[in-house]
Amino acid sequence: MLELDLTAELDRQMSVCNACRYCEGFCAVFGAAQLHTAIGTGDVAYLANLCHDCRMCFDACMFAPPHEFAINVPAVMAAGRVETYERYGRPSLPARMIRNPRGVAIAAVLGGTAIVALAIAASAGAAAFWTPQSGPGAFYRVLPYAAMIVPALGLAAYGAVCVALGARDYARDIGAGSRFVSLSSLRTALREALALTYLKGGGAGCYDAHRSSGSRRAFHGLVFWGFLADLAATVSAALEQEFLHLLPPYPLWSVPVVLGTGGGIALAVGVAGLVAVKRRSDNRPTEPHMIALDYTFLGLLETVALTGLALLAFRSTAAMGALLAVHLGAVAGLFITAPYGKFVHFVYRFIALVKNAHEQGHIAA
Amino acid sequence: MQLTAPSRAPLERPDADVVICGGGNAALCAAIEARRDGASVVLLEGAPEHMRGGNTRHTRDIRFAHDLPNLAATGTYAEDELYADLLRVTGGKTNEALARLTIRESTTVVAWMSAQGVRWQKPLTGTLHLSRTNGFFLGGGKHLVNTYYDTAVRLGVRVRYGATVHRLETRDHRVDAVVYRCGDREERLSCGAAVVAAGGFEADLAWLAEYWGDAASRFTIRGTPYNTGVALKALYAAGAKRVGDPRGLHCVAVDARAPRFDGGIVTRIDAIPFGIAVNAVGQRFYDEGEDLWPKRYAIWGKLIAEQRGQSAFAIFDAKVAGRFIPSAFRPEQAETLAGLCEKLGVDGAAVAGTVAAYNAATAPGRPVRLGELDGCGTSGLVPPKSHWAQPIDTPPFFGYPLRPGVTFTYLGAEVNARAQVVAGDGGAFENLFAAGECMAGNILSRGYLAGFGLTIGTVFGRIAGVEAAICSSLI
Repeated sequence: MLELDLTAELDRQMSVCNACRYCEGFCAVFGAAQLHTAIGTGDVAYLANLCHDCRMCFDACMFAPPHEFAINVPAVMAAGRVETYERYGRPSLPARMIRNPRGVAIAAVLGGTAIVALAIAASAGAAAFWTPQSGPGAFYRVLPYAAMIVPALGLAAYGAVCVALGARDYARDIGAGSRFVSLSSLRTALREALALTYLKGGGAGCYDAHRSSGSRRAFHGLVFWGFLADLAATVSAALEQEFLHLLPPYPLWSVPVVLGTGGGIALAVGVAGLVAVKRRSDNRPTEPHMIALDYTFLGLLETVALTGLALLAFRSTAAMGALLAVHLGAVAGLFITAPYGKFVHFVYRFIALVKNAHEQGHIAA
Repeated sequence: MQLTAPSRAPLERPDADVVICGGGNAALCAAIEARRDGASVVLLEGAPEHMRGGNTRHTRDIRFAHDLPNLAATGTYAEDELYADLLRVTGGKTNEALARLTIRESTTVVAWMSAQGVRWQKPLTGTLHLSRTNGFFLGGGKHLVNTYYDTAVRLGVRVRYGATVHRLETRDHRVDAVVYRCGDREERLSCGAAVVAAGGFEADLAWLAEYWGDAASRFTIRGTPYNTGVALKALYAAGAKRVGDPRGLHCVAVDARAPRFDGGIVTRIDAIPFGIAVNAVGQRFYDEGEDLWPKRYAIWGKLIAEQRGQSAFAIFDAKVAGRFIPSAFRPEQAETLAGLCEKLGVDGAAVAGTVAAYNAATAPGRPVRLGELDGCGTSGLVPPKSHWAQPIDTPPFFGYPLRPGVTFTYLGAEVNARAQVVAGDGGAFENLFAAGECMAGNILSRGYLAGFGLTIGTVFGRIAGVEAAICSSLI
């Protein structure tokens, strides 16, 4: 959807919503829209990311298609988020990859895997792919520590800088010259983000096969906490290595393995659940580009989770070398595409929540 | 409650114990109650699935008496106070026994609705005046309807869409079968009992024209196009006694650019007390500041219906723009009054004269206070504007084209306290019941009390469902 069309279309739809207001109880969007009655570009970026895509307003709308008002707020919000991801992706050239997320993600994972495999072959010889390794330092005998950590940190730093640059510009544009970050608005936004408040649909839940359920919020929680547990596993492994001088692989009942396994399982189950909910739900209240972004991101997460779990299960077999290559390749694919896909949704959504908390706090005061 | 034995026992089981004619709030309440009481239930909804729910789709709140604050409303709202409110809006014209019954039973609706899966939300922006007396269900009426259909289907109610009931086979104050059209087929369901809850007739413009003449062709119908009163006609054909003024309409000022049907709440124009209203010849025709808008908005539909071409225009200026709930369409706007009149298509010279006379009759320098009866009235103007009268002189000037927008009709069938349909001879049909808009006129004979139509529908729908299940089990 062209940007101008999107602004005009959201403006049109919100004129109806502002006159109706029946959906106010579902989420923050409709209260926020009443404060932005003439929709501009910044308002699209703000409201689209404040929307958590529960789709209850579509279910509840007596003006949804085929009504001539043709109100479909979740679809226009989804288009608005796709536009946000592309507009604020930094640098802007790779941000265009949003237009073909599946192909780019597959290429990134395969490319990453190939590079890791080449690095393994170069450092440990091709025999690393059929020789079982065990005991402390087993992974590093296949791929040296430096070859693992330097590119990983480099990718993470690249991603963090890109996302931070985009987030800064996004905050500037939706703020439209006003400052909305304060301790209290941050606190409110953080609480709403961690509790996934706006995936509750005001109590009705989110979209599912039949109207609504709490499934999406539950699975999203698994993905989020699973992902964090996996990050924590990585950090704890680095700490054990750095300060306790213990080299991986770690025993099953160690902090990194317990966190990594629990996180991996939560991530795998959560992602599978989200995919299942998406597949059995109605596609009308969303938008094709957003669907592609969603499935791509979920596919990447699932690949990382499953290859990680497989690596754990088969780490002392001859498959370890290959699994390590695939897993690190998938992680590389996830991080290299992160600034340009669905991964960044939480950044923009959090900033939108902060602005909303500021505005609502202002009204209450 | 007294149960009478059926006068005649059919030889075989009917197709359904209870057939519900209609698919909105009252119909669903009846279906759920009858099914919970063990009856086999078929619900015949005239609309296709995506349009199901009648005018309940456009509702958002329900009025109920309560002694204590609860999850849906604040403070207390005594039964006597609600009855007094009803007497005020109807001018005392109500069936007291049925009204008292509705109000007493209204104390149970929040708990009952919650038990069917309905959730509640804070009063919507702009509705604080209703927070004590009315409960707002989450997501509004279509979400309510969806919740009820889910519950009904889960309980085993069989639903048919696009099924319009047009005949009731009755004998000796009993209904034996319901006949309906589904596409181009006519089908028949024998039944142990039937509940008619198919709304009013406001979507049948030809029927409206019987009472309103040619003017009806220029009415906008705010609700579903499926409330054509076919089932109500079937009730009359079966001998049901009429209740309510056939000319009675709830009718408000809506945007003339609104869709002909189903524009709902978003086409309503709340601008009138903020400026003036003129008719097609540029003349004012009623006191725009007579009373607080929530008490007066419902008279403006009829006022406009009485004007030439059923047309009028709300005109205001930049001083009050943005002070009222917007409608789905932006107002027309111009830097001069003449420019505005050209856009609206109304005689600019006449409007200029009207505005000049109105401006001259306002007290200069008195600031109006929009939230209250401020006493800032015109002097020497006919008709007067009693409150909030300030000059229309600050560009840009704004205007909405207006039409009468019909919400519902009051004409219905008489019922007794068991929701049984009363026949013209005064006797009640044993197993034929009515609920909702097609009998609300027994209680709300005229006027308007926000959220009370849904109260009547819920209370009588439930009574009808229980009674229908009982009498069908006695076959």
